[in-house]
Amino acid sequence: MLESKTTGKKIVIKGLNKQFEQEKKGLLFSKNINPDAVFADEPSGYVLRDVNLEIAEGEFHIFLGASGCGKSTLLNIIAGFLEATDGEVLLDGKKIKKPGSERGVVFQSAEAAVFPWLTVRKNVEYGLKMQGVNKKERRRIADECIELVGLKGHEKKHPSELSGGMKQRVQIARSIASNPEILIMDEPFGALDAQTRRNLQDELITIWKKTKKTILFVTHDLQEAVYLGQKISIFSAAPDAKIAMQIPVPYDYPRKLDDPDVSEFTRNVHKVLEEAINAHGAAVDKSA
Amino acid sequence: MKNKKKRPVYFLSAIGKSGIITWILIILIWEIASKFNTPEFLPGPLATLKGLRELIDRGVLWDDVRISLQRVGIGWIRGIIIAVPAGLLIGRFKPIRFLFEPFINFFRFVPAIGFLTLFLMWFGVGEASKLMLITYASVFPIMINTIAAVSGIDPVKYQAAESLGASPLQSFFTVTVPGSVPGIFTGIRLGLSGAIISIVSAEMLAASEGIGYLIYTSRLYYRTDWIFTGIVVLGLFGFIADKVLRKIGNSAFKFYGIVNQ
Repeated sequence: MLESKTTGKKIVIKGLNKQFEQEKKGLLFSKNINPDAVFADEPSGYVLRDVNLEIAEGEFHIFLGASGCGKSTLLNIIAGFLEATDGEVLLDGKKIKKPGSERGVVFQSAEAAVFPWLTVRKNVEYGLKMQGVNKKERRRIADECIELVGLKGHEKKHPSELSGGMKQRVQIARSIASNPEILIMDEPFGALDAQTRRNLQDELITIWKKTKKTILFVTHDLQEAVYLGQKISIFSAAPDAKIAMQIPVPYDYPRKLDDPDVSEFTRNVHKVLEEAINAHGAAVDKSA
Repeated sequence: MKNKKKRPVYFLSAIGKSGIITWILIILIWEIASKFNTPEFLPGPLATLKGLRELIDRGVLWDDVRISLQRVGIGWIRGIIIAVPAGLLIGRFKPIRFLFEPFINFFRFVPAIGFLTLFLMWFGVGEASKLMLITYASVFPIMINTIAAVSGIDPVKYQAAESLGASPLQSFFTVTVPGSVPGIFTGIRLGLSGAIISIVSAEMLAASEGIGYLIYTSRLYYRTDWIFTGIVVLGLFGFIADKVLRKIGNSAFKFYGIVNQ
């Protein structure tokens, strides 16, 4: 029944709210804290409030917002690491409850996410091994993915011998090896230098075009959002963050950020982003 | 020209790093201090060397060393076998942790020597009580370091494993275990020092051989030089064993990006 409703839509998010336990505890268990004082800043205690979103199959979708606006929280809910307080996230019409290998995750810190005790090849093979794929097949797929991310020749190295950008490539290859339906990426290039970041952005576009995966990409970098995304979801600021606006990016890849049209477009997105953040601030001021 | 200038500096710093200067200093101070005392009170390095020679000639030293090393080795390995799996489980699974942590935090402050007479009573005067004591002494450093190592694993690694399809059991064996190896190794090193420290207590009562026995009984014959021999042998054994362990660790776990100094 649900599936017929969601044809063509890879991910559907309906009426999603997220409230953190600690905030609830603040109200319930702290005797000395005046609840009004606690919530003066956060009227509802909700990080995300009434988030609704549809993401098409094969789309390169960007979550753009200020730091701490809850975009990573939403990503963690989609990945299955966090539970939504209300509402639901559907992947191909099925409700997401826990992490699964059909959703590949590329974490912000490759340093934290890759396994330093495994070689590059073993890192990339990890998911396949867990899923019981035989050795020969594992090796074939892993080598394919390693080549795709440009790490050919580094298969036998350990992550400690690699640079930050190369570690991030390992992480991307590791996620892709399991052939996930969607790729969830949480500010994956945030810690890299400008040149490495640009290279990886270009390569990610190439990988996306080759594999035709749906990509969910979180960033607070406006330029990155415009450079990569087909569609940008702009978040208002937390608390009560929601998707303020969705903007399709009407340019072909590879994009030139210094093109007058594109920079005009970027300025407009910037305006929308600022409004989304400030509108909320104004609302809080009025209520206070 | 440049090389000629640099070489002696390099040579000196190599000597400094090797610790030879420290050894020379210790022996010098020891020798000087012994000049102001009788050999019964404080024998010098030369007198100790003579005592060592005497013990070797009598053929007792090697037996003592062998039996003590054997006890240390067995007790330590038993400690590893108990403490590593226990530490991994306690570190990873919260219910197990809540159950056992109070025990650990209580008993780790009770030194092995506190159990000496109890163990003799419970396990008899034979090898069992001695090995028990050494095992006890090595268990806690290994277990505590293992638990700390497990807790130190970045939760992102578990998230990554889970989203790549690993079951909780799989992630225990593919993340918890390998991820805590460097910490376990530190624990094993500290466990060895615990085992060596406790050998003297273990052999103090109801033993007829061993370095601890040698140290403890030599006082009866005023052979202070033999006591020093025993101390030097124990110290040397620990020093060498730890060096070897560290070498093994550094080459085996290089890729973890952690090198034990």
